[in-house]
Amino acid sequence: MDKRINVPFTKDEVVTLHAGDYVYLTGTIYSARDAAHKRMYDTMLEGKEIPMELKNNVIYYLGPTPAREGQVIGSAGPTTASRMDKYTPLLLDNGLNGMIGKGKRSKEVIDAIVRNKAVYFAAVGGAGALLSKCIKKSEVIAYDDLGTESIRKMEVENFPVIVVIDSEGNNLYETAVEEFRKTL
Amino acid sequence: MRTIHTDEIIRNVKEMCIEANVHLSDDMEQAIRNAKEKETGTLGKQILGQLCENMDIAASEQIPICQDTGMAVLFVKVGQDVHIEGMNITDAINEGVRQGYKEGYLRKSVVADPLLRENTKDNTPAIIHYDIVPGDQLEILIAPKGFGSENMSKVFMLKPADGAEGVKNAVIEAVKDAGPNACPPIVVGVGVGGDFEKAAILAKKALTRNTTEGSSLPHIKEMEQELLERINKLGIGPGGLGGATTALAVNIETYPTHIAGLPVAVNMCCHVNRHVKRVL
Ligand code: SF4
Repeated sequence: MDKRINVPFTKDEVVTLHAGDYVYLTGTIYSARDAAHKRMYDTMLEGKEIPMELKNNVIYYLGPTPAREGQVIGSAGPTTASRMDKYTPLLLDNGLNGMIGKGKRSKEVIDAIVRNKAVYFAAVGGAGALLSKCIKKSEVIAYDDLGTESIRKMEVENFPVIVVIDSEGNNLYETAVEEFRKTL
Repeated sequence: MRTIHTDEIIRNVKEMCIEANVHLSDDMEQAIRNAKEKETGTLGKQILGQLCENMDIAASEQIPICQDTGMAVLFVKVGQDVHIEGMNITDAINEGVRQGYKEGYLRKSVVADPLLRENTKDNTPAIIHYDIVPGDQLEILIAPKGFGSENMSKVFMLKPADGAEGVKNAVIEAVKDAGPNACPPIVVGVGVGGDFEKAAILAKKALTRNTTEGSSLPHIKEMEQELLERINKLGIGPGGLGGATTALAVNIETYPTHIAGLPVAVNMCCHVNRHVKRVL
């Protein structure tokens, strides 16, 4: 089912999303990938403040190409989510509501998604030119020294994603492939 | 003896890095467009539609097809009658990569030390495979490789008794394991024979072969076709969300091996299977 959702969003909205929904996101999201996750994780373990608000927010696993003159951002597709698995449960337990990436998640992450009523979306891997068009503003807000891996605050409009793991733990990567196999 | 100046190598490598990241080769582009027409999975078809649109935007606006513009992998054939003038050829290639990734607004994705992980900020060094060949030409093939799919690659040291069935099972196992992570639809590069590292290099090289060609060896060509069929029955589909297009091609390269071994390497590549070749 196609849905349009504004982000950040509350748990009440998260639970209305189901694995398999095609969703267009509009609003504010944050980019962070490997190095930014490691740094946030270490900072949180030290009991210090991290440079982004987690509550109700969505993190996009993204390291874009540099923007040309006049562009908001360069190519901007998702990176493989499983590399963030080690850090994700802590972020979810501290209020993060959604993640956009591609590929499988660990059992620990799925458990944390269910425990916290969160959601994991997939964007289409390798469609970075297309996805960049839905990003209307982008600003590096932290970890500038990490280059492409810094944290960006981004305004998106109708950013297309698919619900892969919903707040009940349904996993589209498993069900969709099974369903399709039945048609063969 | 023919002289080639390294300035020419730098310029060509620079241009090729940019070209490879914005345009797919005709065979790859056609394979994706054909798959979109044929796909029967609902989400699968939608995703292939996005990939076609993505190629159009990349070409018309000179935006990289994918944000992971890869580590620059090069296969360089140096004619033994070529004299290289200017600087060291490896330095020249790296300079070309440096300029290409800067001027093409490509992502710098290389860290200097695998454990300390500090970005080199210019996407060098490249990974370069040299071959000395007869003649007075210099052939440069550049294949920027994304790591979402690279991470799902595998080497199997099979026993000779495992035979063709063993090779096929290894490939299927690797594809199943990769699932959605390698950004399907994928191209599967397979190296069979040689030794541990030769098999891996063959697998990488296999990815650069035209996807419509097929192996020149009849028994290998048959295996490529059988594997493609079996992989596409797994149902993984575009984006790993179900469909008939899990792989666009299976390319296998072989090499003589030891009486005691049957090395098999499977190098996964996403649909952004980039490669550009020029002969100087
Ligand atoms: S695996 Fe390929 S398509 Fe996917 S993100 Fe990496 S380079 Fe892009």
